[in-house]
Amino acid sequence: MLEIRIHGRGGQGNVVAAYLLAGAAFEVGRHCQAFPAFGAERRGAPVTAFVRIADRLIRRRNQVRTPAFLIIQDDSLLHVPGVLDGLLPGGGVLVNSTETSESLSARLGVATASIPATALSTEILGRPMPNVALLAAFLTATGALPHEALDKALAHRFKGEVLERNRALMARAEASVPTGLWSIDVNERENHAAGA
Amino acid sequence: MPPELDQTDLDQAQLDDLRRRQPRFRGLEAGHRACQGCGEALAARLVMESIGPDVVVTNATGCLEVFTTPWPQSAWRVPWMHSLFENSAAIASGVEAALKHQGRDGTKVVALGGDGGTFDIGFQALSGMLERTHDILYVCFDNEAYMNTGIQRSSSTPHAAATTTSPSGKARMGKRHLKKDLLSIIAAHHIPYAASASVAYPADLRRKVRHAIGIKGPTFLLVHSPCPLGWAHDASRTVEIARLAVQTGLFPLIEMERSEVVGVMPIREPRPVTDYLSLQGRFRHLFNEDDPRALEEREHLQALADHTIAKFGLRGDGPDPLDSDGADTVRRGGNSA
Amino acid sequence: MRQALEGSQAIARAVALCRPGVVAAYPITPQTHIVEGISKLVADGVMDCELVSVESEFSAASVALGAAAAGSRAYTASSSQGIMLMSEVLYNIAGLRVPMVLTCANRAVGAPLSIWNDQQDSMAVRDAGWIQLYCADNQEAVDTTIQAFRIAEATELPVMVCVDGFVLTHTMEPIDLPDQTVVDAFLPPYRFARMLDPARPISLGTLVDPGWFTEARHSHHHALLKALPVIEQIDRDWQAATGRAAGGLLEVIGPADAPTAILCLGSVASTFTEVLEDHPPGDPVKLIKLRAFRPFPAEALRAACVGVKTLIVLERALSPGLGGIVSVEVQATLATVPDAPAVHGFAAGLGGRDMPVELLPDLLAAARAGRPGEFTIADVQLSKLPEEDR
Repeated sequence: MLEIRIHGRGGQGNVVAAYLLAGAAFEVGRHCQAFPAFGAERRGAPVTAFVRIADRLIRRRNQVRTPAFLIIQDDSLLHVPGVLDGLLPGGGVLVNSTETSESLSARLGVATASIPATALSTEILGRPMPNVALLAAFLTATGALPHEALDKALAHRFKGEVLERNRALMARAEASVPTGLWSIDVNERENHAAGA
Repeated sequence: MPPELDQTDLDQAQLDDLRRRQPRFRGLEAGHRACQGCGEALAARLVMESIGPDVVVTNATGCLEVFTTPWPQSAWRVPWMHSLFENSAAIASGVEAALKHQGRDGTKVVALGGDGGTFDIGFQALSGMLERTHDILYVCFDNEAYMNTGIQRSSSTPHAAATTTSPSGKARMGKRHLKKDLLSIIAAHHIPYAASASVAYPADLRRKVRHAIGIKGPTFLLVHSPCPLGWAHDASRTVEIARLAVQTGLFPLIEMERSEVVGVMPIREPRPVTDYLSLQGRFRHLFNEDDPRALEEREHLQALADHTIAKFGLRGDGPDPLDSDGADTVRRGGNSA
Repeated sequence: MRQALEGSQAIARAVALCRPGVVAAYPITPQTHIVEGISKLVADGVMDCELVSVESEFSAASVALGAAAAGSRAYTASSSQGIMLMSEVLYNIAGLRVPMVLTCANRAVGAPLSIWNDQQDSMAVRDAGWIQLYCADNQEAVDTTIQAFRIAEATELPVMVCVDGFVLTHTMEPIDLPDQTVVDAFLPPYRFARMLDPARPISLGTLVDPGWFTEARHSHHHALLKALPVIEQIDRDWQAATGRAAGGLLEVIGPADAPTAILCLGSVASTFTEVLEDHPPGDPVKLIKLRAFRPFPAEALRAACVGVKTLIVLERALSPGLGGIVSVEVQATLATVPDAPAVHGFAAGLGGRDMPVELLPDLLAAARAGRPGEFTIADVQLSKLPEEDR
């Protein structure tokens, strides 16, 4: 089971990101689960969402405490206590930031990749909505799911010009990180090691 | 009633036969357990007679509900439902929505409540019903206190009236506050029709009910209904006292369309409020001539009546309307029938 | 059709499949997405119903009651403070024996204010006379919602479908939504026998004096008891129609002869089901997933507890000054059973506190170290409290 935690701020499409990722997994016949841990909802407040992807029915409904990957939609959240907690050894952090991956990795002490998702989305969507760009980059970096699956999930949620712009954003963001940067069997190894 | 309790000695054919043998249709039948001289019982009968049989009635908790439906008896010949004190308007909203969905649009929906269930605890549900423009006639039988629980003050209780929770004494002269101006609040919902009526003017009351029930949308009727027990007056004087409430200007009979006053019951010769007050035990403390506050409160009530008469232009000309039963209602614009 | 859906959207779609005539609701977190979903289905013309957006939960329940009494299939949904506000109406609906369905998106009851999940709200109205069914996952929520209408109509009792707020309502997962034809066959049009109808006038909700009230209550109590086999049968019928059961009265998961059992309600049962799959076989533990809390399935519970020495009851509500609600009822139910298990009561997950997979081994350890009959809030962090409150 692959466990992912997404951190963002209210208004950045955090829950939508989790639903899109789970929806993409569903499109390729995987079991999936996505849910938010809301604060009292308001724009700008930190919001956390969780995604699980597996080959068997997912029954656990607790929050993801030891994610293989973190997707951080706003680099100001890197300073919030607890955001990097529980990241499994061998896992990775994907951050929406203009700071380089090398610089972030050195600063945070964990494998980190960055993409300027705010700038990309502002350019292509006309507004700062980093989630789809980050998901596209995440799939490139991990190979967790094919990009076509995300495309299908997008098509369930968006229509017309909004969908086309999101597709364009996906295409640009896909290429912004190295393919196969991280391995997705992090969770599997960890689960076996823990005997859980 | 749950099926387990469905015990009746009469089969359906016998019930149908009984109903057929009624001389004329009465939604609310005689033989209920209201007190002698009950204004509310009279008002409810008049209202139901004017509506006819194709109606569903919802009834807030109160005297009317209690005296008409002591299990296993019921005085209602129309489908009738009581749920709670504060939700007659909401229950009616649900009934109306259901009838609409089922295409039973011809069946009328009438919500009934007393002043406690309308001015006070059921006020929110009523406001919601009016705002959502349900096709419902809401009738409030206003006897100006919580009579079912033993005469406690409501926001409809007139200023200075004594109730068990607004008694008179050394420090108090009955209720300290004014009667809530409910019709103005109702008017603020800009519903098609709202009116006040009185059991003393049955022809006027019937006409208003028939007019309201013919309108598509929410309509509201406030019916002044004396309570011999709660007002402490002789049971034979219910109609006389109700008439005096109108003739003194203390209970104006008005009609409103979309918040505009379109008609009033004129008062040819306004009577002094003391003619009304002196017949009722609830105002007895206002006639203690040793108490300087008594005169002050009588003058206060007279001033309130004078203000109402001036505000609605109730002064009429010609003969006293007592004999005309208010049929010669003054019109001031609007298109009310 | 299998789709990846948010729980609330799936529940909204399930309600639509049941073709209610009237839906009345007032927004409250975390119920909102269900009502928003229904509103959109109505706006899109998918659902043909009168949607009444009322001014309070009190009126939501009242409008649904009026609609059901007038012969329409009626639905409402709420949570927490909303359930509290409508509690007077909830008693009334059940006492009038008017069938309808309510989804309770379970949430804590303040103060202190909490918008997050526990089951205090539905537990607080457990004596209102409603059937209460608890769902472990969103598939069960969908299936139970559809079953609930049929149970309500078969028993003339209202049914509350309890779904953990956020944990289920805001979780997206694959859901199998049945086809309309399947639901139509399972849930045919219904005619309420005591419907308000001028052609056959009845008086509903009359005053009942002491000469009759006891009999009315007896009748209501027995109607709930008689609903036990109905709930089971309708779940079997659903299984026949869809291949999927939703848990009957209760479901036993794991080795039948396990000497240790954990009883719980709602979504934590889903987590524990997965945890137990990897539990060491040398320590057999079974899960008793209680679906019907009202009526209380006493016989089924006694049968499920045969051979159990240690029974852990985990609940997400609290009766302050007593402790457990479910655990006390379970103890009372088992009191007359020979070799009754020792019952250990725990509350956890109050006000949305996450219930991790480690909770299960922690409960096992705590029960084995504790005294029978004790009640403990398993996940309280006493260090946060001043000394005198610990």
